[in-house]
This record gives sequence, structure tokens and C-alpha cells, in this order.
Amino acid sequence: MLEQVFRDEWGRVVASLVGFLGDIELAEDAAQEAFATAAERWPRDGAPANPTGWLITTARNRAIDRIRRERALAAKTEQLKRELRQGSEEAMEAAATFPDERLELIFTCCHPALAVDAQVGLTLRTLGGLSTDEIARAFLVPFETMSKRLTRAKHKIRDAGIPFAVPPDHLLPERLDAVLAVVYLIFNEGWGGGRVDLSSEAIRLGRSMIELMPDEAEAHALLALMLINHARTAARFRDGELVLLDDQDRSLWDDHGIEEGRRLLDRALRLHGGGPYVIQAAIADLHLREPRDWEEIAVLYQKLEHLTGSPVVTMNRAIAIAELEGPEEGLALLDRLALDDYRYYHSTRADLLGRLGRDDDARAAYTRALELTQPGPEQRFLEGRLAGLSVNAGQPTSRLW
Amino acid sequence: MRYALLAYSNIDAREQRTEEEQRRITAGIAEVLARPNVTGWLRLRDIDSATTVRHQQGKTLLTDGPFVDSKDFLGGFIVVEADNLDGALAVADELQEVQRAGAIEVRPVLEEPLTGA
Repeated sequence: MLEQVFRDEWGRVVASLVGFLGDIELAEDAAQEAFATAAERWPRDGAPANPTGWLITTARNRAIDRIRRERALAAKTEQLKRELRQGSEEAMEAAATFPDERLELIFTCCHPALAVDAQVGLTLRTLGGLSTDEIARAFLVPFETMSKRLTRAKHKIRDAGIPFAVPPDHLLPERLDAVLAVVYLIFNEGWGGGRVDLSSEAIRLGRSMIELMPDEAEAHALLALMLINHARTAARFRDGELVLLDDQDRSLWDDHGIEEGRRLLDRALRLHGGGPYVIQAAIADLHLREPRDWEEIAVLYQKLEHLTGSPVVTMNRAIAIAELEGPEEGLALLDRLALDDYRYYHSTRADLLGRLGRDDDARAAYTRALELTQPGPEQRFLEGRLAGLSVNAGQPTSRLW
Repeated sequence: MRYALLAYSNIDAREQRTEEEQRRITAGIAEVLARPNVTGWLRLRDIDSATTVRHQQGKTLLTDGPFVDSKDFLGGFIVVEADNLDGALAVADELQEVQRAGAIEVRPVLEEPLTGA
């Protein structure tokens, strides 16, 4: 119970402290102390009426105490004393009026002057409340690597003066794209590797995004996209092995998740959204409907192609084209793409080649895909396809799972 | 905050420019440098005129040319006053729009007093 409260409150508390202290490292340390105090006191004395306010006030006081102790930060103390004089009397009761500054914080963490892997780590740490250790394990890097990455990013934010603010209008669209990209990257990291924890975390972040930006179509669409895909989680694996979309047990799909995703997509469309996430969410939705409307899917991928210019999108359109016009047409489109390092490119090619009975070419393509795939269900799936090439010739499949 | 904008140019790109293009670029740069938030700047002569100083085994060693021998070279140095990184990036972005080639490295200025024994 307490742990849940902590996870929910962490982002708000850290954001408020960054706004107050102007430094993420100090803010995190102070938040950590406040949460530790809460863990000790709340079970004994009962939780306060306003947990968020209590945590923020306590953390602020801890931070001020600490800064006073540290002479190196004398100058900062002066500034804080001034602010304190304005705030101390009403500190506890004013707790309820602390503004929510998570939006400022996420724009700081996803500032394009930071490397993308640092943006991802920082967002999970400061807003998601994951520990450095959890983030390191989720991204399969040693603890020290992640720890250094986060520390370096926090120092850069402080030293380079990366703003703690919602960007001005002329910068907002591109900065918002960066934020949504980080959230979606976290989701996909969980999805591809089947690490549901990261996907759930991305959905939690996505929910915060629409709470903080209720009029942003793309934020709604991203959450819709994640929910619609996430709803199939239970059906994607059977005994630890991947199950393709067409073979999935639909009764295992989470209808509430799909429903919510569709509602959010409608909301995005009502907000006149037509951006990349709206299109992707619409495609994800179409994939769940029977029979699948490949024509509409191909049209949407073409729109997405115009918007993003991404060869991965063209690859996905090729899959739809293969369904509509045949594997040769799909292959012709694939052969124009420079995606040699992308495992799904090779698995998609392999699949189409296999359908055409070009087993040797298919074998080579599966082998290349396998070289690019980490050990796990995806790898075993591809091995299975490779082994079954001559047996299953001509049987259509899709790379969707 | 103060930021230093280290403007890097590229030899090949510069050699390919016509005089007219170069004039236009220079005029564009002059316009940006006249902004009130640009508090100082230096343009550097060609790397052909550079001399690099090293100290080796107690002796001064001079070499003809820049420290880093590359097609990319430091062409100028601009100091910008801005509230935060975004303000400095905006100036850099404007300069890049004019210059097109090369790149600009934005570095916060270390304002702490230099104290030592």
C-alpha cells in the first residue's frame, strides 16, 4: 500500500523539489529522505491527510537543513532563506497548494541536449520513481553504467542550464515530440523484450501526460496506441513462446484496455489530431478487427510514411501490400529499403520469400535476422521458422505478435 | 548565464562557396552578432596562420598549424548571455542557418573565480 503511494507520489514530489531547489540531484536526495521518514512514521502514526503536501514539505525542510550544513553551498542557502521566509509559516497547511510541476520536469529530462538513453533513464528515475538498479536491469546494462549515465545527465542539466520549464510555443511541438518519443521508447523496450514492467511504466507516464496536457492530441494517441498493444500482452506468449497475432487467443485480450485505447483515440481525433501517434493508434486498432482491413492499413501507413519518412514505416506498408497484392509486390517495396541492421526487416523479407517458395533466400534472411536478435522468445520463434521453412512453404504469416 | 559558442567551419564547404555566397553569409553572421544578447565575439584567422605550443622534456616545441588537424576548424568564438540553454541554442541555431556548413558547440561558461595557491 505504502509502496504504491510512494510510486504515485514520487514524480510530483521530485518535480516540486526541482522547481524549488533548481537541482535534480539535491531534489532526489531530499525526496528520498522524506520518503524514508514517511516509511518509518506513517505505519506508526497513520498517513497524513495530504500525503503529497506532507512529503514535499518534509523534503524541502530536509533539503534546507542539509544545505545549511554544507558550507560549500552557502550562497544557495541565502537564496533559500529568502524563499523560506515567504514560505515557512504556511508551509504545512499550504501543502495542498503546491503546483504540479511534473510537466516542467519531463521537458527537462527529455531535453534534446541530453542523449536519448540519458533522457529515458532520467525520466524513469525522476518521474517513474524506478531505482537506478531497476532501470539498469531493465536496459540490461551494469548498475555502474546506468548510475554514471544518470549522474552525468543531472550534472549537465545543472551546469549547462537546461531549463526547468514548459517550452515556449515555438519550441513546443518539437519538444513534445521528444517527450512522447521517450515514453514510446520505454514502452517498446518492454514490448519487444516482453518486459511488461517497462510497458506498464510507459503507460503510467502516458497517463500523466494526458493529465498534464489534456488538449494534446498526440499525447492521447500515444496512450491509446500503448493501451491497444498492451491489451494483447497475455495472448502474446504461450508457455514462454511467441504467438502471432492471427494465432492469439482473443479471449485473453484485455477488453477494458482496448476499449480505453479506442476512447482515447476518439478523443485524439476530436482534438483534430492527425499526427504520427494518431495514425499508429488507428493502425493498431485496425489490426484487432476481423477481418483485417489491409487496404485501410496500407493507406494509413502511406500517410505515416509522408509524415515521418521512416523506412521502418515503408517496411510495414510493404507487409500490407503483400497481403493486398501478393508477396512479390511486398518484396519489391522492401528491396528499396536500407534497413540492413533492423532485425524485423530481415524476418519480414524471410517470411515473404518463404511464401514465394524461395527457401534458400528465405533461409539467408532468417539467418541474418537471427544474428540481430537477442536470445529469448523472438530468437526461438525465428529459429522455429527457419527450421520449418520447407515444411510450411506457402503458409502465410505476419510478423505481428 | 553566459555561454560560449564555438563556431566550427569546414574547409571544403568554404572553398566551394562563391564570393557572393560568402558575402551573404558574412552579412547574416554580422546581423546575429549585433543582437543585444551577444556580449562578445572573436573571429579567427585561417588555420594556416596557427602555431601550436607544447612543452616537452623542458623544452618549448612549436608546430606550424592547429592543435587538431582536421577539415573542421574553429572559426570563431561568440559569448552569449541567456536565461538558460535554450536561449543560447537559439543563437547557435540562427548562426547555423546562415553558415549551413560546420557546426556550433555550445558550452556554458565556468563563472567560478579562479582561485589557487
